[in-house]
Formats: sequence, structure tokens, C-alpha cells
Amino acid sequence: MAEPVLSVRNLNVRFRTGDGILHAVKGIDLDINPGETVAIVGESGSGKSQTMMAVMGLLASNGWAEGSVKYRGEELVGLSPGRLNHYRGSKLTMIFQEPMTSLDPLYRIGDQLALPLTTHGGMSKADARKRAIELLELVRIPDPARRIDSYPHEMSGGQRQRVMIAMALANNPDVLIADEPTTALDVTVQARILELLADLQKRLGMSIVFITHDLGVVRRFADRTYVMKRGEVVESGGTADIFAAPKHPYTQMLIDAEPTGRKEPVATNAPMIMDAQNISVQFTLEKSFFGKSTHVLRAVDDVSLRVRAGETVGVVGESGSGKSTLGRAILRLQPASGMVRFEDRNLMPLDRRGMQPLRRHLQLVFQDPFGSLSPRMTAGEIVTEGLLVHEPSISRKERDRRASQAFEEVQLDPAWRNRFPHEFSGGQRQRIAIARAIILHPKLVVLDEPTSALDRSVQKEIVELLRNLQKAHGLAYVFISHDLAVVRALSDEIMVMKSGKVVERGNAEEIFDRPSEEYTRDLIAAAFLTKDDRNEAAVQPLAS
Amino acid sequence: MAEGAVLPVETTTGPVTTGRSLWAEARGRLVRNRAAFTSIIVLSFIALACIFGPFLTGHPFDRVYPDYVKVPASLEAYPKADQIEPNIERIGARVRAKAESITIDNDVARMTLVSSSTRPIDERLLAYFERSDLFGPAKVVEKQQDGQRLVVDVPLKRQYFLFGTDTNGRDLLTRTMRAGQVSLAIGLLATFVAILIGVIYGATSGYLGGRVDLVMMRIVDILYSLPFIFFVIMLVVFFGRNFVLMFIAVGAVEWLDMARIVRGQTLSIKRQEYVQAAEALGVETKGIIRRHVIPNTLGPVVVYMTLLVPKVILLESFLSFLGLGVQEPNTSLGVLISEGAKNIQGATWMLIYPSVTLVAILFCLNFIGDGLRDALDPKDR
Repeated sequence: MAEPVLSVRNLNVRFRTGDGILHAVKGIDLDINPGETVAIVGESGSGKSQTMMAVMGLLASNGWAEGSVKYRGEELVGLSPGRLNHYRGSKLTMIFQEPMTSLDPLYRIGDQLALPLTTHGGMSKADARKRAIELLELVRIPDPARRIDSYPHEMSGGQRQRVMIAMALANNPDVLIADEPTTALDVTVQARILELLADLQKRLGMSIVFITHDLGVVRRFADRTYVMKRGEVVESGGTADIFAAPKHPYTQMLIDAEPTGRKEPVATNAPMIMDAQNISVQFTLEKSFFGKSTHVLRAVDDVSLRVRAGETVGVVGESGSGKSTLGRAILRLQPASGMVRFEDRNLMPLDRRGMQPLRRHLQLVFQDPFGSLSPRMTAGEIVTEGLLVHEPSISRKERDRRASQAFEEVQLDPAWRNRFPHEFSGGQRQRIAIARAIILHPKLVVLDEPTSALDRSVQKEIVELLRNLQKAHGLAYVFISHDLAVVRALSDEIMVMKSGKVVERGNAEEIFDRPSEEYTRDLIAAAFLTKDDRNEAAVQPLAS
Repeated sequence: MAEGAVLPVETTTGPVTTGRSLWAEARGRLVRNRAAFTSIIVLSFIALACIFGPFLTGHPFDRVYPDYVKVPASLEAYPKADQIEPNIERIGARVRAKAESITIDNDVARMTLVSSSTRPIDERLLAYFERSDLFGPAKVVEKQQDGQRLVVDVPLKRQYFLFGTDTNGRDLLTRTMRAGQVSLAIGLLATFVAILIGVIYGATSGYLGGRVDLVMMRIVDILYSLPFIFFVIMLVVFFGRNFVLMFIAVGAVEWLDMARIVRGQTLSIKRQEYVQAAEALGVETKGIIRRHVIPNTLGPVVVYMTLLVPKVILLESFLSFLGLGVQEPNTSLGVLISEGAKNIQGATWMLIYPSVTLVAILFCLNFIGDGLRDALDPKDR
């Protein structure tokens, strides 16, 4: 085997925090050979990103690295930033998770692409521009000669990620480090980006280090895999071997972490709880001088939705499809036209005050367990806030008892109810958010991507929890998600949304087994490619 | 430590654990910030000195010592040795006698008064000694020549003027402390008023949004456009010079900034999911503003507050410098500095000590504000 391009020996990364020293990466060894794709897999907090940040010398100011990182025999740890810049940006490049924030909004795409070319490549401005257009063509941005002068906000998330890749490729790097490059993107976009990376590697022959928590991506994409847990490499080897015969229980757990099981169907005579007909939501994008709307976006366009007691309706779609807006519209949190009936009451004529007594029956759980809990309240206060509103007569002691009960119900230790949200992990926070919703014994809960921000293994637990709660309380769910695996595990019925319209709806099994629409097939293909052989999947381009 | 720190939540069990709030964590970071922590100690010391100091100096802040006009700062007690004789001679002349063979022993001056006429010395006139700021009551030890010669013991009054005295002969240390009291009080109270109004106004305006927001913020704009000094002069003309007026004038202007800051914060907090979650729970507007919006704006508010206090103190000093602030014999740092500036040639201490106090207070407050900003928003570093 050839000499590794990048070899990491006994790398330690530590951070100085308010609680003492945090040992994030504990003496790991990695080797990256020329032209190979290596995946580093682990859940959040496993130190996979920090390892590569240390390699690139990009650790936060309170962190430091010890050990050895050699790029073609040259030691990188301990180099001054000036010397390090000789390698990073030209020989070692990196793309990040969030394409929305890693491009500077003030500069044109072309200027940002030209920067590494003029600083590292020593090109003139005109040459750099020519090369930038070539690069954009390479990452398959349509009409690159025109798009080179656009600003980042004029491009979609997928296009921005392509620009980031183009920037990383500008100086023909030896190693491209991709830190969760597709996590923030829709599944179909994700598939195309991965395909592009695989294709580029084949053409340019660089090594790719792929940091991800998504095993599906790893299986399709990587030659070798390192599995990290709490700062240590617990298993490494050829990807196929690891998937075929995982040795470490943690790897086994990661591979099995896909939510399993199907929902039992509800009785046909279950009462109708929510009946929403012809819901439309419009956003005014532009107004004329006289206040008339001249440019209107129909975020939700004539959508109907019925939910029976104990039933789960899955709403599937990519970002911008209007699925979250629909969820908020049926709860009357978003002005909409159409008709919404809850049990036997028409909700449309009710104002905010009129809705208030009904709110306890209609609950909402959000995607982001970090943003949906007020950082200045304790978990107990957050969970019992609904009781303050809907059962103002009960005493503080009783509220505390109810909080403990709700904590137990979501399998959290009630002793933690005086802690603050930032002291919990992501999955625990989502449990708190669920406890807040169910403490009022609601009849319908709208779950807006409740598992998307969580690790796979945690997702599985939350799906399990949601299923048990549904059984125990006869809850009806409207489950909004772009993650088809989770939707399949939870839903009776599925609606597929695209650009505000329902393109397909039906029984969960039917939709997955016999999708009738092209778009549904795309979604399913993109989400479940993981099951197929890696090479086959990477070569076959997706229908778009 | 490092092992447990990875996931502290999982490792702790036991009875109801109390959480560490963001405030508690911020406090920890603040205490570790050396500049800020030193500033807190220095500022507390200055504040305590200003509050309790005037009782310990032995001089009321408005007591005038006509014999000690503009004496320089000194660690030694007054009267000084070279002041005693001229003063005894001066008082002797009023008693219509001449002081001879003056000896000072153990804070008592012994002298022989010789009548300047043929009549005996009137002993009642010895009260002049006591009226002066330098001496205690005189005691006749011995009468000679039918009262034409008196041997008199006069105790010296030992007084300390550590910062010297001002143009009216008032103790500058006490006055500086008094001024510190007034300035800090105005700084804190006006800031408190500004923040109370500003936070409530800004949070309400930002959260309600739409037309209400538009009207409320235009009112702020209109108030902004009033020239501040003109506003204060008008208030003074109508209501006369008044301590309370200072709070109103300063508070009425400073809350505008606060309202804008809080409104901006609120606009972003309003879109946070926890506010939407509260709306979905059916929490009424008042509850959302009180429980969710205001507590989450407090970080920037606290930072702004520590920067507002020095601003208000400076503003008050400026107004007092112009003669629109507090009234004699009450004083503030601005007034003292203004007087000191007038006497800079003959009596530098009158400028130096109040200025140093003001600068120390401002430095401390600014360092604390800086430290708080770092402590409350560690991501910014």
C-alpha cells in the first residue's frame, strides 16, 4: 500500500471549560491513503469533527491538540498559523455542514472562489476568474459564467454546498475533509451532492475524509471506516467488513439504529378529531405602494387533512414544501383560509382568546430541542407552564407532582426537574418538549420534525417513546418529517407534499411499496439508497 | 474530571438536584475575569466609603471652616506649627493684648498675654480663641499685674483634612464622599428608571409588532429628536432646580436607547421556538412577555446597564458643570470638578481628588460591563 497522505498518531484534543478540562479526543490513530475515501462515523459528541479541526488547526481558542499529524511526512501539530496556511486551503481543504453560513454574504461567489486561487495559486485576477468558472462547471452549477457574479443568498442550499466544494477543489487538494456536508440538505439534494463528490474523486484522484453520523452515506461512499465513540476509535476497517460483521457493540448499535416496527392500525370506528378542509396559506412577498399584495407565495395550497383518534398522519416533503406551515395552520397558529374542525367545533371563527381553552387539546412539538425550550427557565417550569394557563387553580405542590409524573412518563429522572435546558442532551431536551405537550393530556399533537436534530440511536428511542405515549393516551399525531424511515415507523397514513400541494396520499404501506408519483419515488430512492450496494448506487445518477 | 465532564447529566443521580442556571454560570465566568472582579471589589469599596465615610471623617459635608480656606491635602493634622503663632497673634490683637513667649507642649499652647493698654485684659474676650477653628476654650492659669498680664493655656483642635478644603473651607474628603453618594445614586436610580421603562416598552412594542409597534417606536423617535439640554433647561425653568428632577430628566432620555435595544432583541426572541411553543400552549400575551421575552433579553440589558450607569454619571456631571444639576450645599462629582477646574492654579487638590474618584468609578463600571458581556455571551469571544 502506498504511503499515507495524512497520518494521525496518538492525537489528543482537550478543551479548557468552566468545568475543568474536557478530553474530547483521546489518543487516536488514523491513516488516509491517496485516492481513498475514509469515513469517520460517530454520534454527536464523539469527537469526530474535533479530530479534523485539530488536523486543520481550526480548534476553538480554548482547545489544544497534542500528538502527531503528518501530511506527507511533514508534522502539522504545533505549526504556526502562517506555516499551516501553506498546507490548509491548498493541500488540505475542508467543507462544512452549514452551507448557509460558510459563505460570506457580502461577496460575490466569484470573488470568494478566486480568493484561494490568488493567495495560494498565485494567479492573476483574470486567470482566477476563468478558473472559477471552470470550477463551477466542475461542480455542475448551471450557467456558471452568469452565476459567478451572484451573491450567496441568490443560491439554494444545494448550490451553495456545490460552491463550497468548488472552493475546496480550487487548488487541487490532496485531501478533502467533508464535515457532515449533506446533513443540512434535503434528501434528494443530498444524494446529488454525494454523487458529485464520488464523481469528482474519480476524476481528480484526491482522498476524501468524510465525517458523518449517517451510516447510509458511509455504506455507499467510503472505502474504509473509523467508528468513534466518546473520543476514541472503537472500530476501524473496510466499510463492507464493518457492515457485514461489526465487532464492537457500539457499531452494531449504530447499524441497528434505524427506527423499526410499524404502527398498529386504528379501529375504523374511531372518532374524527381533526378535519381540515381546503387549507391555504399565503405569504405576501411584495406589496405595492398602496398596500396591495403584488407578489404572493402560496405556501400551502388547498390541502385537506383528517385525523382520527389514535391515528398518525405523516406529512412528508422537502424543505419549502409547506408541511410545517400546514401543521401550524391547522392549530390556528398561522392565519389561513379554509375550514378547520376540531371534534365538533369550527375553529376558523375563533380569535386568540377563543382558541385559548382549546389549546390544551392541540399541542405542538418542534424540531429543534435547543430552540424550543426557554434557556432561562428550569425544565420543571417549562413542563408545567401549560398548567399555569389551563389549570390556574392548582397549587404549586400539585404542579410539582404533575411535573414529576410527566418526567417519568417521558422516561426522564424527575430529580432533574430543577435543571436548566442547557444541562440536558439533545434527546433529553426533546423528551422535555414532549412532556410539556402531554402534561395537559391533549387529543392531537402536531410533531414538527421532532427527531430530525437527533442522533440515530436517540431518534429510535424517541420514536419508541412517541409510540408508547400514543398507545397509553390514545393520542392522534400529525407527524411532519422529511425522514422517511421515521415516518414509516410511526404513520398510518402519509401525505407527500411538494410546493404547497399534496402530490400523493394514502396508506403508509401503499406509499412505500407502490409509490405512484415520480416525486415520491425520488424521495424514497434518496432515503433508502443505503440498502443497496454502494458502487451501484454511486454510479447510478438520480432521476431529477 | 475530564471523564465525567463529557456527559455530566448522565453521571449524576440522587434526590432533586438543583440546576445551574445561565446566571450562575455567568457569575462563575465573571468571577474568573480578573479585571472585572477587581473592579467589583474596588467599586464596592468606593460605594461603602461614600455611604459610611462621611460619618467617620468628623466633618459634616456642609461645615465651613473659615480659618481653613483652601488648605492643601495633608496626612498631618491641622493646625500646622507655622499656622499657630500668626493665628494666636491675630486673636491676641482682638483681645487687645499681645501674645508673648508662646510655647507648645502636648497640643496645648501656653502664652502670656500682655495688655496693649493700661487696663486689665477682659477675660470674656478669650472666647475668641474658642470661636476660631484652631483652638479649644482658653483657660487662665495665672494673673499678673492686676490682670494686665495673663498666662493662658489654649488647647489646639487637631483636625485632619486628608483631601484639603475647598474655597469655602469645607472638608474636601467628606464632600467627595457626599458627591460620590449623589452621583452613584443618580447613576443607579436613573438607570433603573430607564431600564424599567425601556424594557417594558421595548418588549411590548417588539412582541406585539405591526401597527402598535409602529406607533410606539415613532413616539420614541419623536422623543429622540428633542434636544436633551433644551429639555433639561425647560424642566429647570418650570420646576426650579431639584434633585428629583435629575432622575426624571436623565431617565426620560436614557430609556429611549433601552427601548430600542430591547425591541430589537424581542424581534429575534419572538421567532424562537420556545415563544411559539408558549403560544401553542395558549399562554396570554402578558405571560409570554413576562416569562419568556423579558428574561431572555436581560443579558444585553444587564450589559447595557453597567455602561449606562457611567454615562448617566457623566451626564449628571455635565449638567452640574453647567450649573443645572444639584444645588449647594449639596454636591456631586460634577460640581466638585467644576469648582476644582476654576481653582486649578492655586488649589490643584480640589480638581485632582474628585476627578480621580470619578475616573475610578467609571473605570470600574466599564470593566464590569465588559466582563459581564463576556460572561453572559461566551460565544462572542
